[in-house]
Amino acid sequence: MTVPAEYSPALPDDGPSDLQRWREDYRRSRTRRSTALAGVSTVVFLTVVGAAIVLSPGWPRVKATFLDWEVAKDSLPDILLGLWLNIRVLAVSAVLIVVVGLGIAALRTLRGPLWFPVRALAAAYTDFFRGMPLIILLYLVGFGLPGLQLRGMPTSPVVLGTIALVLTYSAYVAEVFRAGIESVHPSQRAAARSLGLSYGQTMRRVVLPQAVRRVTPPLLNDFVALQKDVGLISVLGAFDAVRYAQVHADAAFNFTPYLVAGLLFVLLAIPTIRVADWYSLRAVRRQQASGAL
Amino acid sequence: MTTPVLSCEGVVKRFGAHTVLRSIDLAVAEHQVVTLIGASGSGKSSLLRCINLLETVDDGVIRLDGEDITDPRIDADAVRRRIGVVFQAYNLFPHMTVLANVTLAPRLVGKADKAEAEERAMVLLRRVGLAEKALEYPDRLSGGQQQRVAVVRALANDPRLLLLDEVTSALDPELVGEVLSLVGELKEQGMTIVMATHEMSFARQAADTVVFLDAGVVLEQGPPEQVLVEPTEPRTRQFLARILDAGHR
Repeated sequence: MTVPAEYSPALPDDGPSDLQRWREDYRRSRTRRSTALAGVSTVVFLTVVGAAIVLSPGWPRVKATFLDWEVAKDSLPDILLGLWLNIRVLAVSAVLIVVVGLGIAALRTLRGPLWFPVRALAAAYTDFFRGMPLIILLYLVGFGLPGLQLRGMPTSPVVLGTIALVLTYSAYVAEVFRAGIESVHPSQRAAARSLGLSYGQTMRRVVLPQAVRRVTPPLLNDFVALQKDVGLISVLGAFDAVRYAQVHADAAFNFTPYLVAGLLFVLLAIPTIRVADWYSLRAVRRQQASGAL
Repeated sequence: MTTPVLSCEGVVKRFGAHTVLRSIDLAVAEHQVVTLIGASGSGKSSLLRCINLLETVDDGVIRLDGEDITDPRIDADAVRRRIGVVFQAYNLFPHMTVLANVTLAPRLVGKADKAEAEERAMVLLRRVGLAEKALEYPDRLSGGQQQRVAVVRALANDPRLLLLDEVTSALDPELVGEVLSLVGELKEQGMTIVMATHEMSFARQAADTVVFLDAGVVLEQGPPEQVLVEPTEPRTRQFLARILDAGHR
């Protein structure tokens, strides 16, 4: 279709004008072109990268030690069994992390001299556990706590690993919650206090519900990070997916079980990642209707 | 002479080195409507925030029904319960429905049960013509509707005194009327109101007393026909001339 020389209004029953029809045709043809171009570019890119890997001098050896189908099939049932432990640890620690994180964040917002020690302790907690590498904390908690030989102290590597995860992640999550609390405009507090609500009531009924909604996307991101960090409890000897992969790798002199476990963790993460993307997109859409750009 | 609902004696408020209120004296009798006028930064909002104990005064006394509410030993939450406030930007709670916004305080601090609080809220919402919006969220309402909900929310506590802080300044001109007529109705029902405003025509018809604040002092106060029509102070005249030019009538 050629560009109409000038705009002439269409009759009411004729649908869009010639100019508008030409615009729509033009946009459709541009879209087809973009799709085709994206397809070609992807194929070329994958071919180049694939060739570079497959034609590299070490490829046959890497293929044999990382991509052994028989070893993969052999190790899969045990790794799945281990992954089930990871999922249970994930579920329990996620709940504990939110509870502890929210508690620490709330303590940090308390006002008044009476609460100074509580505020200071909460601040020290977030500083310490955000700074401490998780792997070292796992050793400290996993081998240090039982070493105290206190009555009732858990000795299971699963429980101790969960404690270490909760300590580290609750410190991060507390800071996310605190940022959310501070992002609620002071006028909301003023309105609530003007109605006679106490500090605690204002926090619980007005500030926190709004804060939690705002920080849901970053919290989901932390959840994705937690999903794979639950694999670190294997360093304490818990029989999870990573530990089973290690056992099979050692027995077969082959790294394939690690790849199997790794891919299973990726599969586990994908639904959460999609939910996080969908949720933040929805939040953005609600806030702004996008224009032509 | 009966005790005024609200009285301010020598109220001073500073923010750092800046003195916002120098020495404010003001008395508001029961069923009176007092409007505070003055340029931006003259101290209108600060005075309202001090009365509601959102700010602590740096000197002077504020009394509510004769009781010194600037006494640091007082239960500030209990005082705020007796004072209703409506803000310029409505400040509705965006995560709650209109009905939940209105019933929050009666249920939490007035200890009303849910059904009772909702019944009363619906009576109030019906009175301002918003009963059918009770289950909507605030962002679905126009500015004027939101502000009327904010008024209803403040009334749900049965306040002794209502503070209105430039409640029409954020509204489109065609929505100003619906909020002002609601304030007029409240006056007729005998509510005691202190109102900071730029709406001079409303001040003229609804106010019992107009108070002109300038640089943190009450420069002039009296009935509207005096302060707004024949002001004695040159600063008042200057302010009125400017505001009439700007189209606030």
